[in-house]
Amino acid sequence: MAYKHFILVCGGTGCESSHSDEIYKELIANAEAMGVKDDVQVVKTGCFGFCEKGPIVKVLPDESFYVEVKPGDAKEIIAEQIVKGREVKRLLYKDERQKDRIKVEDIDFYQKQYRIVLRNCGIINPENIDEYIARDGYAGLEKVLTSMKPDDVIEELKASGLRGRGGAGFPTWRKWMFSKGVPADQKYVVCNADEGDPGAYMDRSTIEGDPHSVIEAMTICGYTVGSSKGFVYIRAEYPLAIERLKIGLRQAREYGLLGDNILGTGFSFDIEIRLGAGAFVCGEETALLQSIEGNRGMPIPRPPFPAVKGLWGKPTIINNVETWANIPVIITKGASWFAKIGTETSKGTKVFALTGKINNSGLVEVPMGTTLREIIFDIGGGIRGGKKFKGAQTGGPSGGIITEEFLDLPIDYEALTSLGSMMGSGGLIVMDEDDCVVDVSRFYMEFCVDESCGKCSPCRIGTNQMHAILVKITKGQGTMEDLEKLEKIGLAMKKAALCGLGQTAPNPTLSTIRRFRDEYVKHIVDRQCSAGKCKDLVVYSIDKTKCIGCGLCARKCPVNCISGDKTQKYTIDASKCIKCGECFKACKFSAVVKK
Amino acid sequence: MAKMTLEQLRKLREEKKGDMVRRDVEGKNIQIIVGMGTCGIAAGAKQTFDEIVKVVDENKMTADVIIRQTGCMGLCHVEPTVEIVMPGMPATIYGKVDVPTAREIVIKHVVGKTLVENHIYDRPAVDIVKK
Repeated sequence: MAYKHFILVCGGTGCESSHSDEIYKELIANAEAMGVKDDVQVVKTGCFGFCEKGPIVKVLPDESFYVEVKPGDAKEIIAEQIVKGREVKRLLYKDERQKDRIKVEDIDFYQKQYRIVLRNCGIINPENIDEYIARDGYAGLEKVLTSMKPDDVIEELKASGLRGRGGAGFPTWRKWMFSKGVPADQKYVVCNADEGDPGAYMDRSTIEGDPHSVIEAMTICGYTVGSSKGFVYIRAEYPLAIERLKIGLRQAREYGLLGDNILGTGFSFDIEIRLGAGAFVCGEETALLQSIEGNRGMPIPRPPFPAVKGLWGKPTIINNVETWANIPVIITKGASWFAKIGTETSKGTKVFALTGKINNSGLVEVPMGTTLREIIFDIGGGIRGGKKFKGAQTGGPSGGIITEEFLDLPIDYEALTSLGSMMGSGGLIVMDEDDCVVDVSRFYMEFCVDESCGKCSPCRIGTNQMHAILVKITKGQGTMEDLEKLEKIGLAMKKAALCGLGQTAPNPTLSTIRRFRDEYVKHIVDRQCSAGKCKDLVVYSIDKTKCIGCGLCARKCPVNCISGDKTQKYTIDASKCIKCGECFKACKFSAVVKK
Repeated sequence: MAKMTLEQLRKLREEKKGDMVRRDVEGKNIQIIVGMGTCGIAAGAKQTFDEIVKVVDENKMTADVIIRQTGCMGLCHVEPTVEIVMPGMPATIYGKVDVPTAREIVIKHVVGKTLVENHIYDRPAVDIVKK
C-alpha cells in the first residue's frame, strides 16, 4: 500500500499556537470519514518558516501551499483535493507585496528566497565535478571562450548591474575594465575568502557547497582581463572549505578546465590557494594582497587601486566569494535575466547569515529589495521565545543596528548606507529586548581593538579610546561628556583612518548612539541597564512576599551568597554576589528580582 | 579522465544532466542526501551518515540506494539535514536527524513509504537551474 497524497501540517511553535494541532486532527478525522485514509498520510512537520501566515498546510505531490488554514478548512481540503483532486484555491498563498519591487516575472512561488549564489548548495555533491557540470557548470566558461570577446564579457557584467558583495558595492564591471585597460606582462585574479565578520559564514558555505562556481568565475575573469594566474585567499580556520576547494581545483585540472590550453582553446589559467591566519584586517583588499606577497597584512593607501596596481605591482582583480559565484549564472542566463532581479540600483540577490535571537537561524538568499521584516519574520520565523524585536545588526563590526521603524525598508546598498549601516559581507544578527546596545557596541569595539593592525593612529588609538569609554559606561561610571567624546572620536576615525576597517569601526557605536540614545543616557544618568546585560549595573535581590523558601536559588548559587530558610525566606548578600544570574534563572516563582 | 575538449565537455554535460534528471524523476534509484557542510558536521551529520549506511545495509537495500553528501542548504537551525528522493514519494527534506531519527527515516520512509512526523522541513527556494 502506498499513499497517493501527503498532507503536511506545520508543527512549529507559531502554527501550534494557532491551532495547527486541531487542523491535524480534523484532517485525519475527515480522511477517515470520507473513506480515503489509505490514500493520504497526514503528518506534522517542523517549522516552515512562514509563521506570519500560519498555520501552514502543504499538500504533496501537488505542492499546494495553503496559508492561514483553520480547523474548519480540513473538510474541504480532504473532500476537494484528496477525493476529487482539485486544489482549494482560496487557501493558496498569494503574494501581494511582490508586484513591482522584484520584477522577475517567474517569481511566482511562495518562498521569499531566491537562490542564485547558493544555486547548487545543498543539491550537488561538492566533491564531484560531474554534478556541477550537469547543472550548467562550466557552460559560462564555455560560452565566454567560444563566443565572447573580453569586451563582451565586460558589457554583459555592466548590463547585469552586478556590484561587489564584499561590502561597499563597487560595480564589478568597472573594476574588470580598469584592469583590462592596463598593459602588463602579468595580471592577477584574486578571490577574497577571508570572511572575518563575527556571525558571517556565507562564503564558507558557498565554497563548501559549490567550489566550482568560484573556480569557473575566476577563470572567466582571467580570460576577460588577460590574466593567467589566480589566488584564492582563504582563512585557515575553514578546513572543510579548503579541502573541497583543493578537490575542485584538482578535478578541474584533470578535466582540462584549468591549466594550460583550457578546453583546447589556447587560453591558460591556473589557481593557487593561499591560507590566511585569521587576521580580520586581511579581509581588507590591500592588506590581503600584502599577505599573499608574504608581507605582514597591513593596508596601504589607495589609489592606486589593486585593479591598476595590486599584487607585486601588477593589475589585480579582487572580488569576494559571493560576487564570483554570481558570475557564471550571469553569463549562462544572460545579463537581462539578472538585471530583472532586485532594485533599481542593486541587482540580483544577497546572501545573509541569519543568526542571533531568531527561530530559524540559517543561510538565506533573497532578492535585493526584500525587507528586513520578510527576512526576520517570514523566513527566519520571528524572534525566539516570542520576545520583542529590538534591532538587527548588519555588516558586523563595520555596520550598524537597524531598528524596528525601518523593518519595512527594502534592503539594498543605498538603503543600508542611509541608515548608518552597510551591506557588508552579510552577517545579520538579530537582537531582542534582552540585548543591551551599549554592551553590543562595546563588544564590537573590543573586536576592532584586537583586530586593528596598528598602522594608522586614528584606528589604533581611536578604537582603544572608544572602547575605554564604552567600558566606563557599562560599569556605570560614564558621564554625558563621554557621549560627545565617542561621537567626536568616531567622526575623526571615519575621516582619517587609512582603510575601510578603521573608517567603519565606529559605525556600531555611532549608529546606536543615534538610535538608542535613551539607553546610553540610562546607563550614564540612572546607572541602569534595563536589559540586565551590564553586570556592574545589575543588582539581584529576593522579593520576600513571593519567596516560598524552597531554597533552590541558594543551592544553585556558585558562591554561596544566598542564605535563609523556610520561615525566614532567603536573602542575597550583594557584597559577595558575582551576578551570574543563576538564581534568577532557577526561581520558579519570579521571586528573584533583577534591577 | 584526460583533459577535455569543448565537444567532450558538452557531451559530458548532456550525459550527466540525463543522469540527474533520471534520478530525480523516474528514479530507479533511491537517493539519500546528507547535508555535510560545517554546520551539518558540527551537529552530527557524520554519525547520521554512518547510521544511514548501517540501516540501509541491515535492510539489504544497498543495491537500490545511493547515499550522497552535499553542502549546506541553509537550514542551519535544524542540522543535520537529510533529503530523500525516491520513486513513489515526494522529495522530502528532514531536519534534526540524529542517529535514532536516521534509523526511523530509513525504516519508515525508504522501506515503508510513509513520512516521518515532526522532522520534515521545506526546501528554502526553487531551483533556478532546473527552472
